[in-house]
Amino acid sequence: MPRNAALAGCLAVVAALTLTACGAAPEKADNKTATGKDAATATSAADFGGMDALVEAAKKEGALHAMALPRDWANYGALIDGFTQKYGIKVEVENPDGSSQDEINAVTSRKGQDRAPDVLDLGTSFAVSGAQQDLFAPYKVAAYGDIPSAQRDDQARWYNDYGGYISIGCDASRVKNCPATFKDLLKPEYKGQVALNGNPTKSGSAFGGVYAAALANGGSLDDIQPGIDFFGQLKKNGNYTPVESTPATVEKGETPISIDWDYLNAGYADQFKGKGVDWKVAVPEDGKYAQFYAQAINKDAPHPAAARLWQEWLYSAEGQNLWLKGYARPVLMSAMEGAATLDKAAAAKLPQVSGTPTFPTEAQQTKAKGVLAQSWGKAVAG
Amino acid sequence: MTPPRTAAAAPAAPAAPAARTGRRARRSGALAVVPLLLFTAIAFGLPAAAMLDGAFTTRDPATGAASYGLGNLTASWQGAYLTALVGSVKLSATSAVLATLLGLLLAQAVVTSPLRALREAVLTASGVLANFGGVPLAFAFVATLGNSGVLTRELGLADTGWNLYSFWGLVLVYLYFLVPLMVLTITPALDGLRTQWREAAQNNGATHRQYWQHVALPVLAPSLLGGLVLLFGSAFAAYATAAAMVGSSVPLVTLQIADAISGNVLIGQENVALALSLDMVLVAGLVMAVYLPLQRRSARWLA
Repeated sequence: MPRNAALAGCLAVVAALTLTACGAAPEKADNKTATGKDAATATSAADFGGMDALVEAAKKEGALHAMALPRDWANYGALIDGFTQKYGIKVEVENPDGSSQDEINAVTSRKGQDRAPDVLDLGTSFAVSGAQQDLFAPYKVAAYGDIPSAQRDDQARWYNDYGGYISIGCDASRVKNCPATFKDLLKPEYKGQVALNGNPTKSGSAFGGVYAAALANGGSLDDIQPGIDFFGQLKKNGNYTPVESTPATVEKGETPISIDWDYLNAGYADQFKGKGVDWKVAVPEDGKYAQFYAQAINKDAPHPAAARLWQEWLYSAEGQNLWLKGYARPVLMSAMEGAATLDKAAAAKLPQVSGTPTFPTEAQQTKAKGVLAQSWGKAVAG
Repeated sequence: MTPPRTAAAAPAAPAAPAARTGRRARRSGALAVVPLLLFTAIAFGLPAAAMLDGAFTTRDPATGAASYGLGNLTASWQGAYLTALVGSVKLSATSAVLATLLGLLLAQAVVTSPLRALREAVLTASGVLANFGGVPLAFAFVATLGNSGVLTRELGLADTGWNLYSFWGLVLVYLYFLVPLMVLTITPALDGLRTQWREAAQNNGATHRQYWQHVALPVLAPSLLGGLVLLFGSAFAAYATAAAMVGSSVPLVTLQIADAISGNVLIGQENVALALSLDMVLVAGLVMAVYLPLQRRSARWLA
């Protein structure tokens, strides 16, 4: 009897080990293009023999595996549905609320598995460092030439996709005078009401909020410290609330003033209509800070053709306008304005901003992040 | 973690005829442990080894070349990371000590109560509440005692300086699941205090206070300490509740690890996160080192 139990136990363990081994590395579908090139090394639709051939190759793969694309973020829900509707390719989004680091981790730890993400939507810094580590496949979408040169990798391993400005969202039904600038936020009437949408050492938008506050308080793209001091001051006078704002905390009134990307805040305004929340959005004139995210294709994408088709879809006029409908500013916005393919009605609904944005360089960002990681906790502790 | 003692480790049996069957039984007994050892090696050994390897590996951000060194560990003992480590120890120690005291009082009240139903009810509730944690717990407190929480508004707590999103706010939330955990842990020990001991003490003229000071508490001490260690560990490893409630405003090592390992801002900090985990293991090890010898001493009383 004990012997049988022992045998059964061993068998169970062996079976478990074999099963885990089976989960890895499936046979990859043969994906030669019409021109005889491998889909995984195609650097443009022309390599497939044109757009139609690309669509056909992608349809053969039938699925696209993505990560960290929340449906309520910059209209990604509509972009995903549109792609599936147009090409009949299923899009699986794993861990929709994941972060850029989660995506990079998945690329490196699932090399060669069919669960690896095909495409990545990353913070630009992560795109730059991922390209340095040789994780991405170079691919030029049809509109590659129209992307401003400062917003794309010269080897086409990544390019910016959409972005926006730091804005101040405010529930006008709870707050009497909605703040429009960072200076306003210091007023004692906003006690316990000012929130960021995350922890700036972790969330890109909260990091942008601190950068914007720095610009508003005598700092520069080289010097984020005044922004940290600003939140320290907010904390001291009791205005700062450490609750990370989400649609749920906004609706409950726990975070009536939230500093976040303008496309998210503007999206909330639509979402909250009829729920007793009158959500107003202002891009602060004293701290204008814009940031774009970036697209990249996993070098070892399990669905290489679908990944490339997804990029073509995102950078088509249709895809770009869908982002715009989600209040995000697509990277091809000015090119599309020139070509008259821009959705004017959607563009008119964006929060008003004057002037052109300036972006921090990689070096400036790295420095700012280092300063932030060391002194943020101290500034808002207590 | 010591592997469980196996039959094979025992010395061979003396009598020859009995030995044959005995040895066979022992051999298959040893075989039966293999799955456990394998499981331990895979589920515990591999991650531990990976953590050690990562904690001592430094990666050059530009080239990605890895080399062994103490860089990550030194980084984890400095600046914001050190503050977080100290903050975690402070928070866990404070809430564990408070929960131990409150839990002991509550458990004693329940154990000595003549109402059996009360005892059952409290123990069942404790079993449920001790497992109530994470984001739901955080939101329950936000809705009750947050800036626009029900109680905060009804009682006008904001004017008294109440702030849920602070060190003491977090202690309060942790007590919500630590006290029931203590009640569950200490009740069996309280049941083990024999009535005869109390009667004997009373017969010898001891006061209530003297009985507790010289008899009950010394006997209970190791169990109390064991409970304290358990609570400390619970609070030390807690993450989701704190993340949802206080974000970055109370420095905690678990939050720092999350920032470093899965963020949208910091790049290339994964190995520092592993070094921080190693620090956590060291702290837990230190606490266990205090607890284990004491627990051995107590076993003979409450066996």
